[in-house]
Amino acid sequence: MIRFENVGLRYGMGSEVLRDLTFSIEPQSFQFLTGPSGAGKTSLMRLLFLSMKPTRGIVNAFGRDTSAVSKSELPGLRRRIGIVFQDFRLLDHMTTYENVALPLRVLGQEESDYRSDVIELLKWVGLGERMHVLPPVLSGGEKQRAAIARALITRPELLLADEPTGNVDPPLARRLLRLFIELNRLGTSVVIATHDLALMEQVDARRMILNEGRLSIHD
Amino acid sequence: MTKTGKPLFATQAAQESPARQSGGVRQRPRKNTKAGKPPRPPVAAGQARAKRRSGGLRPPAAIVPPQAVAGRALTLVVAIMSFLACVTVGSVAIVREAADDWANEITRELTIQIRPADGVDMLREIDKAIALAQEFQGVGTVHALSDAETRELLRPWLGDGLDLDALPVPRLIKVSVDDPQALDLAALRQAVSREIAGGSLDDHSAWTDRLASMANAVVIAGFAILVLVLWSMVLSVVFATRAAMSGNREVVEVLHFVGAEESFIAREFQRHFLLLGLKGGIIGGAIACVIFIGLDVLADRRSALPGVEQATVLFGDLSVGPAGYLGILAVIFLVTVLTAITSRFSVHMHLAQLD
Repeated sequence: MIRFENVGLRYGMGSEVLRDLTFSIEPQSFQFLTGPSGAGKTSLMRLLFLSMKPTRGIVNAFGRDTSAVSKSELPGLRRRIGIVFQDFRLLDHMTTYENVALPLRVLGQEESDYRSDVIELLKWVGLGERMHVLPPVLSGGEKQRAAIARALITRPELLLADEPTGNVDPPLARRLLRLFIELNRLGTSVVIATHDLALMEQVDARRMILNEGRLSIHD
Repeated sequence: MTKTGKPLFATQAAQESPARQSGGVRQRPRKNTKAGKPPRPPVAAGQARAKRRSGGLRPPAAIVPPQAVAGRALTLVVAIMSFLACVTVGSVAIVREAADDWANEITRELTIQIRPADGVDMLREIDKAIALAQEFQGVGTVHALSDAETRELLRPWLGDGLDLDALPVPRLIKVSVDDPQALDLAALRQAVSREIAGGSLDDHSAWTDRLASMANAVVIAGFAILVLVLWSMVLSVVFATRAAMSGNREVVEVLHFVGAEESFIAREFQRHFLLLGLKGGIIGGAIACVIFIGLDVLADRRSALPGVEQATVLFGDLSVGPAGYLGILAVIFLVTVLTAITSRFSVHMHLAQLD
């Protein structure tokens, strides 16, 4: 699905923040990405989301070498990837329903075509009763679930979650983890970037550990 | 439900125990946790208000919130610029029309001038000139200025009680032209020079040439002002778009990561600026129209307001005319389109810088 070969990344003239990364994200796989602060997790997530290009090496996404992908083709590839940020990135002037439906609006779909899908997904993540609420009145956990629902609404092949449990209490973190596992069971590959060892302990999954820009993988 | 009839996600799926599938994972069992409980939608304040507000689903909110675009101030700027542009177009139309009227009036009138000379019978030459002019096709009435009319003509310069016989004053014959196309002006000029002693023909071409030059200069100046005004407006819109993009950085980023193409993002911003441009253009154009209609009414009533009478003498009825009003409509259209295109272009530039 996504394959990195000897990928390196540096910002400007600084030293490399990611070095010689070689790994693959397989279809329907589940993995944690972890490592100390400053190890390059966010940079790697950005590379996975195709919002950056590596300074060396090859990133192959969905069978395409990203260095040969034109700017106009990038949105099409990004739509195959869902992303959840630690700070949610919900638009405060839109309701939960509208935030979740946003990727479908961007695709040009009519509201009547996607309404039932969005409502169904909101119910699935436990926000069925909160769909008309604006994000400022949602709790942290609700915001996180809304952000997850927005990432899932287009049925992406890969879901990237950057510290998805960073702002929630442990019980809610476990519930969110169950959502990701269920999603993976339905066929989506999942990459969760986290510091939360307790969270990783709950799941028997592949771990990708970044340290000083180098990656070690424990299957 | 999807269009295939299959459920997108089973509503209670998240509540079931996760089952390990091919390539999937299994959550390790925990003791003394609430993990077995399904995620339940929390109840919070704001829910009732939201339900009251929606009563079902509201029309989708604009992706770029209208209040995030510097709306009121920019609408005012666009309205002022449109007003100035419309006033320029209207003024050019008035001057142009007045110049055309003057030129028409002048070209429909010729003057035969007979200079006094020794041994020339002035009255006989005047009669000859009248008869000669009337022989030509396209000529209407031919009228020699009487002594009284000549005195009246010279009174501003030579005062009252002028004795025409005491001064070598040329005599003037007004020839009105009914059909300028039919009149052979060159032949008339030749005939007057040849057959009338001391006679010459003045077709006022010096005046009409100057009028044409003046009218052209006014049109060019008006066009230059129009370009400057519209350019200022374009720059204002560029700055406003950049400000709107910066103020909506989060919206732009979110649109980027949900896979929006640049054209989609540009369209979302352009929509606001199109409406804003239309609003500003209509306000500015309407005020300009009100002023021109007011001037027209004042001129019609021959108002005693200072300046109006003089302006009426100079420019005729001070009416913008259909062409002027069409020009104002064109300015409103141009302002609207220019605002939308400028904002779209600025968004693309801004997005290119972000990448």
